[in-house]
Amino acid sequence: MSIVKHEVAEHFHSAGQESSSAKLGMWLFLVTEVLLFSGLFVAYAIIKSTNHEMWSAASKQLDVVLGTVNTLVLITSSFTVALAVRAAQTNKNGEKNRQMVGLLFVTILLAATFLVVKYFEYSHKFHVGTLPGSYYHFDGIPFPNAHRFFGVYFLMTGLHGIHVVIGMIVLTWVMLRARKGHFYEGYYTPLELGGLYWHLVDLIWIYLFPLLYLV
Amino acid sequence: MASTADHADHADHAGDAGHAHHEPGFVKKYLWSTDHKMIAMQYLFTGMVMALIGGYFAYAFRMQMAFPGQHVPGFGFMAPGEYNGLVTSHGTIMIFWVAMPVLLAAFGNFLIPLMIGCDDMVFPRLNRLSYQIFLISAVVLVASFFVHGGPFGGAWTAYPPLSAKAEYNLTPLGATLWLVAVALEFVAFLLGGINFVTTAMNARAPGMRMWDIPIVIWMIVLASIMFMASVGPLVAGAAMLLFDQTLGTAFYDPARGGDPILWQHLFWFFGHPEVYVVLLPALGIVAEVMTVFARKKLFAYKTVLYTAIATGILGFFVWAHHQFIAGIDPRMANVFTVTTVLISVPIGEMCFVYIATLYGGSIRLTTPMLWALAFLAEFLIGGVTGIFLGASGSDIYLHDTYFVLAHFHYTFFPIAIIAVFAGITYWYPKMFGRMLNETLGKIHFWITIVGFNMAFIPLFICGAAGDHRRIYDYSSFPDLAKPYLQNLRILATVGTIVILFGQIFFLINFFRSLRGGPVAGPNPWRANTLEWTVPSPPPHGNFAVMPTVYRGPYEYSVPGREEDFWPQNLPD
Repeated sequence: MSIVKHEVAEHFHSAGQESSSAKLGMWLFLVTEVLLFSGLFVAYAIIKSTNHEMWSAASKQLDVVLGTVNTLVLITSSFTVALAVRAAQTNKNGEKNRQMVGLLFVTILLAATFLVVKYFEYSHKFHVGTLPGSYYHFDGIPFPNAHRFFGVYFLMTGLHGIHVVIGMIVLTWVMLRARKGHFYEGYYTPLELGGLYWHLVDLIWIYLFPLLYLV
Repeated sequence: MASTADHADHADHAGDAGHAHHEPGFVKKYLWSTDHKMIAMQYLFTGMVMALIGGYFAYAFRMQMAFPGQHVPGFGFMAPGEYNGLVTSHGTIMIFWVAMPVLLAAFGNFLIPLMIGCDDMVFPRLNRLSYQIFLISAVVLVASFFVHGGPFGGAWTAYPPLSAKAEYNLTPLGATLWLVAVALEFVAFLLGGINFVTTAMNARAPGMRMWDIPIVIWMIVLASIMFMASVGPLVAGAAMLLFDQTLGTAFYDPARGGDPILWQHLFWFFGHPEVYVVLLPALGIVAEVMTVFARKKLFAYKTVLYTAIATGILGFFVWAHHQFIAGIDPRMANVFTVTTVLISVPIGEMCFVYIATLYGGSIRLTTPMLWALAFLAEFLIGGVTGIFLGASGSDIYLHDTYFVLAHFHYTFFPIAIIAVFAGITYWYPKMFGRMLNETLGKIHFWITIVGFNMAFIPLFICGAAGDHRRIYDYSSFPDLAKPYLQNLRILATVGTIVILFGQIFFLINFFRSLRGGPVAGPNPWRANTLEWTVPSPPPHGNFAVMPTVYRGPYEYSVPGREEDFWPQNLPD
């Protein structure tokens, strides 16, 4: 086990400039991500405020147990990725490479668990017909236009799911680099920013879960 | 100084080290480059091609307006659906594929690293990706012109339910491709915006304080921030519209419980800041040009900056003035009337600042200066007519008439055409190392300005007379088919043709001067900012020696100095 020293890209003057640029860029990106979801939350608020009964009746069709399990899964994964960043910060000569890879692997595994649970939830809905728009064919909700709830549900959780998949790809790339010993106390920007992105994915779910499952 | 951007790129291809020291091949040099100057050129030329397409569309539908139902030379007969498609595509192209890529992406990419004194953008590969996504979006949009049913015809604002349901717009494929193209374009500019802001904040030359950054860079940065802060909700809105189109959801369809006003809010929450996203860089370009050709310091640098920030903030609180007759609460209309009229204060202040900059200067009427002066004059007309539309009372009468259209073009034409030409003619020597021909430049200028006013002043009158803007043929409306209105429409069409004719002189001048123009040298305009300290065109990596900045960018005609300019990087 050893480490590979990071070389600053040539168009930067210093490692400090490089890492602060990367961080600023990532935070700007995260802001746009939050704003993207905020547009959906606006739609959510408007539709819910005009359809209270339908909304709570439709919301009861969601499986709170599976939603809770997924929430715990994602929070745990956020914790493990944070531990991986901590391991990189204290990695002097590669003695923590193995630990980092292990933690990232657990994170990716938890992300996959989230998607598997989501798969069971989705396929149940496909089965009973609680689907968006013209595909809606469920008659257990005694209010008109209940398909609108599932339009919101599938759009928001679907977009979140895409973010989970992208996060898994990013974390896999980070894990492969960690295995080669690229991250140590002097350089761990990709791991840190990948972790930051993963925290955002987790955070969005923390809003989605109560707003969709518990209202 | 080695070409650093290229090195970063070569590191990726360590295997083919044999090629590393050759001149890069065509693909690598022109299509796969990470050099900010090359990416700027890619954006500029893509924007120019799209502008020609958009201009051709304008010609075609203006001919239909002037001579309804007749054969249009170079187009043929135009059906109502085709007319709608052409109008929609013209608006979409000119805003999203001309104004944005040229003003923000081309000038931003070219100017930011050169003016703040660094080798390249901080994220060169992200920059390349941004252009590639933009190119794909342009291809998708152009492809939508040729699909079954033709391009989307629901206007560039894409209001649902017209845009959401194939039964209404009759262009199911065109509508979806339009939406995909616009969404991709937004992603491209998000990536670009992240790059612009980070570069300007993190990669400035030593000694360059906040107040030493040229105004145009500030404007591009503020515009990028505004774009990034407003576009997210619209992308979410576009996702909902896509769901409505393809899955039959009812986010916007009132027949099934949806809310069409939601789209209008999401669209204009982006759409109005978007006006300032393109206006601010245009104002920045004009500031650079005016100070150089008035040989005078920019009047009140900090005021310009603060008013730009004020505009940026206020710009987020005016969007509902597009919706006064859409059924929003009248109390809300009051609020938005106040904010809308309020935003003309910082903009007016900026116009005064520019006039004060000109006052007492030794003005040189070069081509770029003519464009900059014309920007001020024409944009003022756009701004003043905007007051009528911002006040909800008069807007109820004028809404969706040609008055709105003429007002809009009196703001966007100065922004996307006049200021862009000021910028292109001013920085052309730096971009290509040659001078443009002044005579051809002035012919181009005067024809364009005359044509522009001829095209849009009549439309103010048509609009006040009640011309609704989305009518294919007025002959079945007795009040609007009167000869004097029809003559004004013909005059406007002639103006459009004059504008397009004038661009021939620009194209001749542009391409002839690439090889035939006099060699420019590093600083033909005797300007202060850092881009004029390097050779024209700048080499890879821009600066042979990293510059140090000692003063602000507008120290012209400083008393006691022999030269009437004082470059930012001179120690004394």
